[in-house]
Amino acid sequence: MTTLPAVSARRRFTDRFMRSLTLVLTLVAIVPLVLIIYYLIKEGLGAWSVDFFTTDPTGRFLGNPGGIKSAILGTIVMVALASVIAIPIGIGVALYLVEFGKQGPFAKVVRYFVDVMTGVPSVVFGLFIYIVLVVSQIGGTFAAWKGSVALALLMLPIVVRSSEVVLNLVPDSLREGALALGAPRWRVIFRVVIPSALAGLVTGSLLAVARAAGETAPLLFTAAFVLGTQFDLSQRMNSLPLQIFNDVGQAQDRLVQRAWGAALTLVVLVLILSLVARLVQRRSRLA
Amino acid sequence: MNPEDVTSPPSAPGGAAPDPVTPKAETRRLEVGGARDEAAPIVQGHAVTLRGLNAYYGDTHAVRDVDLDYAANRVTAMIGPSGCGKSTLVRCINRMHEEIPGARATGEVNLDDLDLYSDGVDVVSVRRAVGMVFQKPNPFPTMSIYDNVAAGIRLSGTRGVNIKERVETSLQGAGLWEEVKDRLGQPGIGLSGGQQQRLCIARTIAVEPEVILMDEPASALDPISTLKIEELILELKRRYTIVLVTHNMQQAARVADTTAFMLNGELVEHASTEKIFSNPDDERTEQYVTGKFG
Repeated sequence: MTTLPAVSARRRFTDRFMRSLTLVLTLVAIVPLVLIIYYLIKEGLGAWSVDFFTTDPTGRFLGNPGGIKSAILGTIVMVALASVIAIPIGIGVALYLVEFGKQGPFAKVVRYFVDVMTGVPSVVFGLFIYIVLVVSQIGGTFAAWKGSVALALLMLPIVVRSSEVVLNLVPDSLREGALALGAPRWRVIFRVVIPSALAGLVTGSLLAVARAAGETAPLLFTAAFVLGTQFDLSQRMNSLPLQIFNDVGQAQDRLVQRAWGAALTLVVLVLILSLVARLVQRRSRLA
Repeated sequence: MNPEDVTSPPSAPGGAAPDPVTPKAETRRLEVGGARDEAAPIVQGHAVTLRGLNAYYGDTHAVRDVDLDYAANRVTAMIGPSGCGKSTLVRCINRMHEEIPGARATGEVNLDDLDLYSDGVDVVSVRRAVGMVFQKPNPFPTMSIYDNVAAGIRLSGTRGVNIKERVETSLQGAGLWEEVKDRLGQPGIGLSGGQQQRLCIARTIAVEPEVILMDEPASALDPISTLKIEELILELKRRYTIVLVTHNMQQAARVADTTAFMLNGELVEHASTEKIFSNPDDERTEQYVTGKFG
């Protein structure tokens, strides 16, 4: 009969201790996440009603405070414009880095700046646009398009980084195969590289969109705050984060409750985007 | 790789492995060769000549001053140990070598009388004239079987081609048509490895090149798929000039008309396959083909 040396008591204890420790740390991390979702639903769901989604905030101190229609639409409009700016440019930069710049000195500098931009606090983008576009009074003062530009700046490094990772996953053998058929570089990129990486490009872009949708600081002093729904990009435009920001500061419970309702709306919007991103990724051929 | 897996054992009698040097194996090779001789060219191919070809990766001198003639409608095998520069040399012929950062080549690669490295020669048109099949099958994962074959025509921007017809003839040419004709719309990566490689060959011949380079086309495949590829090579040489890089000396013996042996970036010897495997001029060639190193 074979006998193996017995596991020492000390080692058994260490094993059990480490397991328990990681479990406790995981629970500690989960607690705030669960609490956030709990409070969002508890406080926010009560604010939801048909009127909540179909009327603008009235701004009255007494009487009906109104809903958040202008904030929802404003967020969608400004984030859409920011995406139209940031996603093509971001994917373009990533294509340059992966397909042309490679490990060259210029590409390395660009990569470094993109990394730095990823870490810049969002309020700095807001401040930058405030100084460059608002204070200088280019096309008036506060405007929705300026908010979009600030959001686009925030999204750009995220799109570049995520796209670069995905494009790097496209095997070189595919590029070589296409080049060896006598395809010009640009056609290789558009017909082989981008289709192969498409799912990942969409996912990365959607995550950047989700991130931008929840940002307050870039909009605070660029698109500013307004009550009514309007689609004129050269005017102030409401947004969900700013609606929340304003309502939470009010001394009325029903306004604070509206803030919770708006917060829940924002989370649901972002959740939908993340789910779409997941679904697209599941269909990816490169995963 | 273990030399015994790839190379023939020394020509000592009683060797169990098939050996192209022993008479028995020689007979088998000639049987294939017999079929070969009937296969007269259907399309006159084009010759490729290398003159003073040097290739570098940064400071590494990978191909040293090679002169080599590839005859039209012939299969030329490139053999030699790993890292001897045979793949690099072949990648110089369709100018894929220069796609690698820091890589460059000097010298002449002539397709008939045109130097592919001379000024005014467009690298894209070089690759349309000189097709390439890679070691690992690389069908485009987002495309169907049909689109993979059509990709060559579409990617190279060739106009005035009946794509449907060309896809069919190319798949027939690659010996794949019967296996896939009912599922052309399915993804190319759904095929087996051997079928994928024949799909890549179909994609290559769909562009109607003049020369086909094959960089160890069967090394990732099972023996039956390998046999199919080899039969295909013998068929393809009726239309094309073929350069075959291989680690498998029996494969060289089976399909190549002439064989070139490279070592440390230099061309040691280029002669008829029979001569290389039975009575080479250079001692190093003899040592390599008899399995003394490699």
